[in-house]
Amino acid sequence: MIEILQGLSRFAIPVFIVFILGYGFFKRVPVYEAFIEGAKEGLNTAVRILPYLVAMIVAIGVFRTSGAMELLTYALSPVTNWLGVPSELLPLVIMRPMSGSASLGILAELLKTHGADTFIGRAASTMMGSTETTFYTVSIYLGSVGYKDTRYVLAAGLLADLTGFIASVVICAIVFGN
Amino acid sequence: MVNIVWLILIVGGFLVSVFTGQVEQTSQSAFGSAKYAVELGIGLIGIYSLWLGLMRVAEKSGLVNAFSKKIAPVLRLIFREVPAGSPAMGAMSMNIIANMLGLGNAATPLGIKAMKELEKLNRNKKSPSDAMCLFLIINTASVQLIPTTVIALRSAAASSDPAEIVGTTLIATICAATAGIVFAKLLKRYY
Repeated sequence: MIEILQGLSRFAIPVFIVFILGYGFFKRVPVYEAFIEGAKEGLNTAVRILPYLVAMIVAIGVFRTSGAMELLTYALSPVTNWLGVPSELLPLVIMRPMSGSASLGILAELLKTHGADTFIGRAASTMMGSTETTFYTVSIYLGSVGYKDTRYVLAAGLLADLTGFIASVVICAIVFGN
Repeated sequence: MVNIVWLILIVGGFLVSVFTGQVEQTSQSAFGSAKYAVELGIGLIGIYSLWLGLMRVAEKSGLVNAFSKKIAPVLRLIFREVPAGSPAMGAMSMNIIANMLGLGNAATPLGIKAMKELEKLNRNKKSPSDAMCLFLIINTASVQLIPTTVIALRSAAASSDPAEIVGTTLIATICAATAGIVFAKLLKRYY
């Protein structure tokens, strides 16, 4: 199982790239021109998220250096221990359903502080990839058909996010070790 | 909400720094972090360009359409009240495939189209139907095959194996989506 997961990770990207380009060629898409056309958006995308990165990386940096993070970690340790989620990941857990760009900033800060190849780095990466900006998605989609009543969507969506967070920590502990 | 969390992080941080005697280091950290954020953003341009280029090829070759046909039978099991072959089912499967491929920009208009088609099937016009709720919940759990942005951030952070989280992410996201579907089916009785 663990070997399969690691093999999947190793081959996913090369297979994905070769498949997309091969399929495009087979369907007579001018692959090079199409690639260039899409790649032009890379600069815009990076520039668009830059203000969010600055805002969140500064905020988390201040919060950590001041010692406030340690305080929060200590205060919430009963809850985080019970859930099995390392308290360093709490800001990501809180921000993830609210803002995609802001949580991206938090992930970047975690990867810088703890390293990408640590348990925190891997668990945070898995959390970020396995959940969505629930509040944003719900408001855009329900707004498009004019409903304000969300019924059980937020409750179930947030419970799904929480499941994803806990699953990320458990799976990373199994696959990569603590 | 984001406003409040952000405010607490910065104001709370500086207040605490007075008591911990870290005022100067905290100010330094604010400037250092801002500089790091920009360096990181510049580092991301290349990886974003690579993925967005590949994704444009996938869009133009009709890959989304081809995959959508494959998952329609699975969706029929989850959305029993939506007729097979209806425009709603078509838009939903295209949206889910676009999400799986990480085509966020393509997924949103397809999702909105799916919501509008589901609304035509909605008999109670006062609140969203169960099918609409379930579709939204599946969307918020976003099953994504290759989490490209996360891989980009990891390689910018000098990871020795940026893509090693692909497998764990896939399992975690399947757990989240399954939990979402189960909670939706359980909760719909109470609303």
